[in-house]
Amino acid sequence: MSASAQEINNLINQEYKQGFVTELETDTFPPGLDDSVIHKLSKIKNEPEFMLEYRLKAFRHWQTLKSPEWAFVNFDPIDYQSISYYSAPKRKEDGPKSLDEIDPQVLEAYKKLGIPLDEQERLAGIAVDAVFDSVSVATTFKGKLKDVGVIFCPISEALRDHPDLIKQYLGSVVPHTDNYFAALNAAVFTDGSFVYIPKGVRCPMELSTYFRINAANTGQFERTLIIADEGSHVSYLEGCTAPMRDENQLHAAVVELIAMKDAVIKYSTVQNWYPGDKNGLGGIYNFVTKRADCRGDNSKVSWTQVETGSAITWKYPSCILTGDNAVGEFYSVALTNNYQQADTGTKMIHIGKNTRSTIVSKGISAGKAQNTYRGLVKVLKSAENARNYTQCDSLLVGDQCGAHTFPYIEVKQPSAQVEHEATTSKISEDQLFFCQQRGLSAEDAVSMIVNGFCKEVFKELPMEFAVEAQALLGLSLEGSVG
Amino acid sequence: MLSIKNLHVSVGDKPILKGINLEINDGEIHAIMGPNGSGKSTLSHILSGKSGYTVTEGSVTYQGKDLLEMPPEIRAREGVFLAFQYPVEIPGVSNIYLLKAALNSIRKHHGQSEVDAMDFLTLVKGKVRLLEMDEKFLYRAVNEGFSGGEKKRNEILQMAILEPKLCILDETDSGLDIDALKIVSEGVNSLRSPDRSFVMVTHYQRLLDYIKPDFVHVLANGQIVKSGGAELALELEEKGYSWLEDAQAAA
Repeated sequence: MSASAQEINNLINQEYKQGFVTELETDTFPPGLDDSVIHKLSKIKNEPEFMLEYRLKAFRHWQTLKSPEWAFVNFDPIDYQSISYYSAPKRKEDGPKSLDEIDPQVLEAYKKLGIPLDEQERLAGIAVDAVFDSVSVATTFKGKLKDVGVIFCPISEALRDHPDLIKQYLGSVVPHTDNYFAALNAAVFTDGSFVYIPKGVRCPMELSTYFRINAANTGQFERTLIIADEGSHVSYLEGCTAPMRDENQLHAAVVELIAMKDAVIKYSTVQNWYPGDKNGLGGIYNFVTKRADCRGDNSKVSWTQVETGSAITWKYPSCILTGDNAVGEFYSVALTNNYQQADTGTKMIHIGKNTRSTIVSKGISAGKAQNTYRGLVKVLKSAENARNYTQCDSLLVGDQCGAHTFPYIEVKQPSAQVEHEATTSKISEDQLFFCQQRGLSAEDAVSMIVNGFCKEVFKELPMEFAVEAQALLGLSLEGSVG
Repeated sequence: MLSIKNLHVSVGDKPILKGINLEINDGEIHAIMGPNGSGKSTLSHILSGKSGYTVTEGSVTYQGKDLLEMPPEIRAREGVFLAFQYPVEIPGVSNIYLLKAALNSIRKHHGQSEVDAMDFLTLVKGKVRLLEMDEKFLYRAVNEGFSGGEKKRNEILQMAILEPKLCILDETDSGLDIDALKIVSEGVNSLRSPDRSFVMVTHYQRLLDYIKPDFVHVLANGQIVKSGGAELALELEEKGYSWLEDAQAAA
């Protein structure tokens, strides 16, 4: 463990610290959703014609769908007409060209979050795309990345500058018909990151996107697309926070990853959206579709997620293992406290020969929270010698929370080997007393036991994130004992 | 060091300890012996602060302070250490991490700075050698997959590093083979000092062959029915507990 108990201690005694609101002048659409909103959105983003058509097609399809009800979560129906679909800090005609032109309030907000956008100040080796409500406000190290051919920019910029790549890949992994929230996202997405790693290039730095919801009564519709061409390699991180508000807010994202032959994508998330208060008031609805297509032979995609925030999380980062010998991995820690609900897991679809997948899921419930793992391992007839290993562990803190596991396994190929292991445990009184008898406070003890429980997942995270993730767990468990 | 006066303790409605009186001075070793169900483990639990017990009467004063008022972690930081009869496993948390977190919480309580990483490693490795443990144990998860003897040795390792004032050994000899018993005893003996006291709760006289107590107390039916020197343990070994229980019943 790299963070000392002391650091964790300090963090435990804080409230949700990203809960501040930045006061600024914004361009915000009035609430409501119809054709004219989509026209306006596409126009404000200065998009090519084909995008507007794509959005409208998705919107038509979404209107025919019903909100899914199969997930093990409870919430009142969302009134989509009461949400504003665009909000951005006011800016000059063409958008900021340099940091000097960004609203200092926005810069300040990121600084407060520990994400200085000044390249000089930034931790060397990580490029950041900062998405504030509906727009990307800055992307660092673009120039340095361009030198090696890597494209890292807001997706709204990619729509204008790289329309061919967008046409070819957008919606190719998660089509607009995929599900209710994916259809909505395709219709109204505003910003997110676009990454293209050319053939044979090992991306020289970690890429990251920091999502911030600031405006009230808005939805954030993130769209991220990462393409790793043959033999390339990239590690991408994402972080998310939002102010504390009594109303629920919607974050409906779509993330698509495409790995060509011999390419490797590592995608890490530390999700810390505002979880709502102790009584379950407010918080973000995090309804996300994330999927990777391991399209080429020997390609590999690894998802690692640490989910501590959001009132409700509904998210299944998945891998379609199309190429022969493709590898898919999913490492997850999902922690729910108070009235939080999480229904999360993964899908591993084995299509190519000798494809392998690993799933390690750690669910932690405290307070009155419900935590569900839902996973599908599907081996098609073509996937000779496919292998899967799944390990699903649940940890309960207290006696009013719930842990649920719904694993689905479908195997059509007799040579496949599929393993599933699951455990459910409770932090015992004896463990707590033992730690206290050694001088640790009850909260430190819980934090230490939970961190131990999550160790296998944390070791998959990039260093900076691992420290942050451990600290977050301590924070999110605040008030769960005693 | 420790003064127990007329201590009555119940679990639910059931009285377990019925008026214990015990004075422990600095540097003394007291053995608490007695048959099963006499309240030995309850005594070690109530001193270390385990929940689930109700004190109905009496007091426990530790270094001039009311021990029963303190939450368990404060007792630990003030120097009360319980070597558990059944040490728990904590998967994924390495032994060395727990040791460091524990030591630092105690140091912080006394207004000291956190221990330097290199100094800590030197300290721990020294103690590991003393207890003839493999250094690999430091990096394994706390007690996970340890044998009974390894778990007990691990308790003594924690004791050696945290340097408590009052050490309570709860049936430390149970489940130990003769070699492990020797090593554990040597570890305990090496910690004997004029300002450190021990309470050894044990069922058998065997442990007392290796760790010589200053006083032996026999606990039966929630009361101390006889106290004496080390020779009392030998007498118990020979005669068993029944003669004392009978005497108590007659009284």
